[in-house]
Amino acid sequence: MEEVRERVISLPRLGEPAPAFEVVTTHGVLKLEDFKGSWLILFSHPADFTPVCTTEFIAFTEIYPELQKRGVELLGLSVDSVSSHIAWVRNVEEKTKVKIPFPIIADLNKEVSLAYGMIHPGQSKTETVRCVFIIDPNQIIRTILYYPLTTGRNMDEILRIVDALQTTDKHAVATPANWRSGDPVVVPPPNTQEMAEERLKQGYECIDWYLCKKKL
Amino acid sequence: MACISPDGKPTESGIKMLRALQSGLGLPEEISKNAGLPLFRVRSGLRELTQAGLAIEKDAKYELTEEGAKLIG
Repeated sequence: MEEVRERVISLPRLGEPAPAFEVVTTHGVLKLEDFKGSWLILFSHPADFTPVCTTEFIAFTEIYPELQKRGVELLGLSVDSVSSHIAWVRNVEEKTKVKIPFPIIADLNKEVSLAYGMIHPGQSKTETVRCVFIIDPNQIIRTILYYPLTTGRNMDEILRIVDALQTTDKHAVATPANWRSGDPVVVPPPNTQEMAEERLKQGYECIDWYLCKKKL
Repeated sequence: MACISPDGKPTESGIKMLRALQSGLGLPEEISKNAGLPLFRVRSGLRELTQAGLAIEKDAKYELTEEGAKLIG
């Protein structure tokens, strides 16, 4: 218990390299570095054969083709065994006809769960909460989401974040609240007074010098 | 093991990778394209095939060993 609390303090942070791992999964032994060059969504769930997790796995499978179009791979995780994962994905397929296409980590020794701060003792001392780590092709953590045990994740939001991050990387812009792909983006604020004055003449859609948007 | 089953025989994905390696030295990215498998699966599969003596690495490229070639005829 004390060890868990101690490790939670060193949570991975945005902009930092994702902690390396070598793990047993439903697709064999995988290393974090196997995903180099692709975006990766590493997500944890509390336990196999539980209702909310089952709806999430079906939902992740539904967005997987869209994620693949964006160069994103999925990697699930819980502290269950690989046999339990295999039995669960087979059960999901048998009962719902949905085949889970992505690997799931069997983190029995909690090595990855602790390294990524996925166990929140206030929620559960033994299970991982619903975490989402969006890791870029250089294996830098770009987004972290935490959901409680009782709340299933929103797949639209996950896709929206991927779109926003990729748009930011490609065009050096930011994205406003509730932005969706195709909406105007935020032009980075000017750094000097001269740039601020010029900004207003550049034909952007501006509320003022510090808040200008443009269409891509 | 994802590419080699416990009885030592290559799995379906293992055979796909061995076939993709048939054309000679290849980068994991090329093998991924030829085998129609995600790059992460190819990288982990190549580790297994190498450990099993079915493929060898030369300057980050991979090719079949004699034993690997025999397995797929």
